[in-house]
Amino acid sequence: MSLINAFVAVPVLAILLIPFLKVKGKGIVLFASIVVNALISGFLGLQTLGGQFLEFSFPGSLVTGPVNLRIDALSGWFILIINFIFITGSFYGLFYMKAYQKQKNNLTLHSIVFILLHTALISLCAVQNSLVFLVTWEIMALSAFIAVIFEHGKMATLRAGMNYLIHSHVSILFLMFGFIWVALKTGSYDFNSITTYTSQNSGATGLVLFLCFFIGFGIKAGFVPFHTWLPYAHPAAPAHVSGVMSGVMIKIGIFGIFRMITLIKTDYYTVGLVIITFSVISGLYGVMLAIMQHNLKKLLAYHSIENIGIIGMGIGIGCIGLGTGNYLLASLGFAGGLLHTLNHSLFKSLLFFTAGNVYQATHTVHIDHLGGLIKKMPQTALLFLIAAIAISGIPPFNGFISEFIIYSGFYYWMQGSLIGPLMTIIFSVLALVLIGGLALLCFTKAFGIVFLGNPRQKFDHEVKEVSFSQLLPLYLIAFLIVFIGVFPQIFMNALSQPVHLLAGLPTISDMPFPEKTTELLQPVTWGIWMFILISLAVLGFRKLVTQNRKASVEPTWGCGYIAPTAKLQYTAGSFVRPYSKLFRPFLLSHKTQKEVEGIFPSGGSYETHSYDRIEKYLVDSLIAVYKSLLGRFLFLQNGKLQFYILYGIIFIVSVICIPLFYDQIVLFIEFIKQI
Amino acid sequence: MLSLILILIAAAFFTGVIVRVKSMASGRKGPGILQPLFDVFRLFKKGVVYSETTSFVFQIAPTIYFSSVVMAMLVVPFGQSKGILSFDGDFIFFAYILALGKFFSIISAMDTGSSFEGMGASREALYSMFAEPAFFILMGSLALLTGHTNFQEMFSALHIGSYISYALAILGTFVLMMIAMVENSRMPIDDPKTHLELTMVHEVMILDNSGFDLGLILTAGYLKFAIYGALVVNLFIGVFPLQYSIPMFFVIQFVLASGVGFIESFMARFRMSHNAQFIFVLTSVSLLIFFGALLILGKFV
Repeated sequence: MSLINAFVAVPVLAILLIPFLKVKGKGIVLFASIVVNALISGFLGLQTLGGQFLEFSFPGSLVTGPVNLRIDALSGWFILIINFIFITGSFYGLFYMKAYQKQKNNLTLHSIVFILLHTALISLCAVQNSLVFLVTWEIMALSAFIAVIFEHGKMATLRAGMNYLIHSHVSILFLMFGFIWVALKTGSYDFNSITTYTSQNSGATGLVLFLCFFIGFGIKAGFVPFHTWLPYAHPAAPAHVSGVMSGVMIKIGIFGIFRMITLIKTDYYTVGLVIITFSVISGLYGVMLAIMQHNLKKLLAYHSIENIGIIGMGIGIGCIGLGTGNYLLASLGFAGGLLHTLNHSLFKSLLFFTAGNVYQATHTVHIDHLGGLIKKMPQTALLFLIAAIAISGIPPFNGFISEFIIYSGFYYWMQGSLIGPLMTIIFSVLALVLIGGLALLCFTKAFGIVFLGNPRQKFDHEVKEVSFSQLLPLYLIAFLIVFIGVFPQIFMNALSQPVHLLAGLPTISDMPFPEKTTELLQPVTWGIWMFILISLAVLGFRKLVTQNRKASVEPTWGCGYIAPTAKLQYTAGSFVRPYSKLFRPFLLSHKTQKEVEGIFPSGGSYETHSYDRIEKYLVDSLIAVYKSLLGRFLFLQNGKLQFYILYGIIFIVSVICIPLFYDQIVLFIEFIKQI
Repeated sequence: MLSLILILIAAAFFTGVIVRVKSMASGRKGPGILQPLFDVFRLFKKGVVYSETTSFVFQIAPTIYFSSVVMAMLVVPFGQSKGILSFDGDFIFFAYILALGKFFSIISAMDTGSSFEGMGASREALYSMFAEPAFFILMGSLALLTGHTNFQEMFSALHIGSYISYALAILGTFVLMMIAMVENSRMPIDDPKTHLELTMVHEVMILDNSGFDLGLILTAGYLKFAIYGALVVNLFIGVFPLQYSIPMFFVIQFVLASGVGFIESFMARFRMSHNAQFIFVLTSVSLLIFFGALLILGKFV
């Protein structure tokens, strides 16, 4: 209990302290407060992974009723992920924000909301009272909004922030609906009442309730078609904020879905199918659009959507296992989903941080303006490469491990299935493979164009590697990426408690899960080790053979042409052109071009911008309808003060009169009914 | 272990047979069967030229590409005898470790900053993406049919059923061979003997590689052919004892190699812009296999 009090006290103290400090002091207090809070919550989280269940009760208030904090293994897993990314992210942020040192007040606000965001995210994992949960959710949404619009001088940033704000309030609307529904029926705000309510009411109730929460949390997580805020908010935010947002904030949506799976009792077979459908579409659509992006951070944002899809596939398989009573299938699916949650937060935050390094060095994230950065920033390039391989799901790094578990889940589900599920499986596998292939295309493009080749543009300033202390947290993340890839068993063992909880195994002692997955993963690890050994052996042999030979350095083979310029290199657009031609029906891109013509040609130009088809039809067209509807009432807003006073008077009069005439109105309605 | 030795032997001859068949079909005598091996040995002895644009990626990429192919080779079984490494889901590992090699060969091509090599890299990335679903669905169908999820158990359980499973095996052969063509950039997808950089895929990506590194890349190519050949052989030899299956292995590998040679002698390369669609057709063929598997199991109600 004292730990919980300390957890609340630390951020409050830090927030009170920050406005009175110098810029450097703000950073140190921010980092210290996050570390202290991470230690406190991480301590509790670790205990739960060891099999404990922590419950704290607070009396609460008249409105909320008693407030219960329950930290189970699922909360523990997410708390640990959030803490790790926040520690590395805030440490990275200390150096990233140096460029903005002059904006003192802005930095104060930024530090405060960063601490708030961390506290809110951790609390969301523990709070089990609907009202308090919603308030915390709102704190998280607002603090993230302020963190995103750090550079609010830019119009695009502000728009992205507004876009995010509106989306997160649509999300909260669905959550509120779900929670109020349960509270109305049971009279309690405690999360346990969701279980009681859904287990008493069979049939569609639980399903509709689940879907309601799924949409609410899905908007936060970024499932297609609720993803439309993600590609704007991530690029607009500073690098450490986008890393943290993409790494852990969208995962709180995933956490919510997991939490609801533990609470709601319903037909999980249908739920699983629904989740898999959404996930397959998210995964494919996310990566398909990611390839078309020319903005490095936007590209990464679309990849978050893709990875949410992969996580969702894991959750879907798990739900199917729950629905059919197949514990092994359930544990495979949930383990894959949970592990991929961790993996994605690692490599995605690493990618955003390295993109931040690139931005810091070159002041642009436009892929086609970059090139050859590997010579100027070798360490950043190496880190980006590690994360790029990991996110493409390729061994020997961590992305492969979780995708392997999800594949195993699909193939395991195949045994003894009927034709309907079989079709789902085969198309999901098809989607997962395509996602892998497209991710490879996308990240070879991103890495190849940004870091390799020759610089495509001359910069006025010197492009140089960022300081070692700024790279330190990045190395830490990269180490973990490699570590999970090489020793996945450790993490699978840590996962056994959360998976138990989700798969609803009868007793803790009944553990089919760890043995089966170690059995499953042990040889994969051997394969990875063998591969590393073989590579090292070949590398050593190569060194041995070639060390006495002199390697000469010549220009790149230019097919006989000896004066190539950097502009002749393949660009991001040309690299993906065969792809974009094939996938044209799914994509939407605007092209503006000026042909080179005439005897004395003037300059030509060619420009493409890709847009989101779902956004166009689902968001933009709705907004257009909404606008035209509201446009009809524009006459009310005529700018004349007399009218506005009149509206005020009408409002006050009606507020006073309606209760007075209440009986008459009721009478009138009754009269109409009789007719 | 057995499969490793057999694949190594087959790899030594496979490309030589292709070259020999091609030269005989065009009325020449042609080089000896082992000439590709001698080429590699010669390359291993040579010095190396690096482009001034390149970085460390270009230097380690051939090694990783080669190692990934070697690693993939280690999980391929031979009939009843397992590969060096055999586990549930090893075919996923097989495909993904090859993808690692591809990732590095693509970025090493982009490391040179040459527009030709960028073009090759772009095509390679697209084609390999399209070829992969076919492989996974093929393996999925075999997993469904046999109830196992590793190479060795799938292949040895494949023959318990009816003759229809052999029909599926023939379709499977087609899919695997076409994937091998895509992976190795041979005819109808890519013409290894073309003399125009604009029409190359794989060859253009390694324009700047030389010496030891080029030798590694070529060796990896030979191995890849034999690996896919071995997978095809595995579709047929499951239950036969070794005295029949080992000769069958070499016969089938030889037939495949000469088949490739004949195709390259008498066919033209497909239009580059239609390649992707063509490769995706493989996925529908493998879906056909999947439906065949459903049919055998009586899942169509």
